[in-house]
Amino acid sequence: MTTRHHTPHLLACLALALPLAAAANPILDAYRAQAKQENAAFKDFTVAAGQKLYSTKGAELSCASCHTDSPKAEGKHVKTNKVIAPMAPSVNPKRFSDAANVEKWFKRNCNDVLGRACSTQEKGDFMTYVLSVK
Amino acid sequence: MKLIKPLLLAVLAATSLGAYAKYNGEDRGRPTLPSQVNAKWQAECSGCHMAFPPGLLPAASWKKVMSGLDKHFGTDASLSPADSAEITDFLVKNPSNRWTSNAAPLRITDAQWFKAKHMSGEINPAVWKRESVKSPANCMACHGGADKGVFDEHGIKIPK
Repeated sequence: MTTRHHTPHLLACLALALPLAAAANPILDAYRAQAKQENAAFKDFTVAAGQKLYSTKGAELSCASCHTDSPKAEGKHVKTNKVIAPMAPSVNPKRFSDAANVEKWFKRNCNDVLGRACSTQEKGDFMTYVLSVK
Repeated sequence: MKLIKPLLLAVLAATSLGAYAKYNGEDRGRPTLPSQVNAKWQAECSGCHMAFPPGLLPAASWKKVMSGLDKHFGTDASLSPADSAEITDFLVKNPSNRWTSNAAPLRITDAQWFKAKHMSGEINPAVWKRESVKSPANCMACHGGADKGVFDEHGIKIPK
């Protein structure tokens, strides 16, 4: 019979915990842990640094060239015209949910835009910005 | 009858010879896409463009394409070694079955069959530059069934 009393409490706890759980991202957590390991002076990732990276233009391209100025908007591949689904998880929950896929695209796109790999700090900043876009 | 028979033979010989040398041996396959497609090929090759059917090029072309994915027509399209191997296997097992030439172009648009079917005499070169088309890699702009391996002439709609 005790379960009957516990159930509403449990639901209330879940209701409180769920928005927090939705905001946390295990891939971002892993980058944070990695950044701490790589750099003793690491503080945290910031939205501002991520936003700056998003709009940084390399030799030819920026992230915005294909993903538009807003990570919430549908993008278009600058060369092939292919439609690109929005990048912000607030409108496209599939984004940043598969670590291997995230790594795959960071490798490709950092090379394409900046001509080099991104640091863990940059990946975390970038994700922090895109995750913050509601 | 005396006249028709040799004439018929001549026509037959000409067409079969013609078929043999079609596009200098650089002909796309029929079908361009097998009935069973590989899921990784479908998912990965459609990341930036339509997943091009393997029957559009010979196996040697696909091997070249897949071994240079880190510099794929100006972009980094690299894959994990496991995914790359699985997709390469699908491509080289389903290449053009009508390709007889040793040529192995990297670009589909460099294949003789493609050039012959998209001659400037038939398609205004300006069409390729339209915002709705943008690139000859955008098969779907005019061939609505391209992602299903359907390129037949009746289904073509050139966008404005």
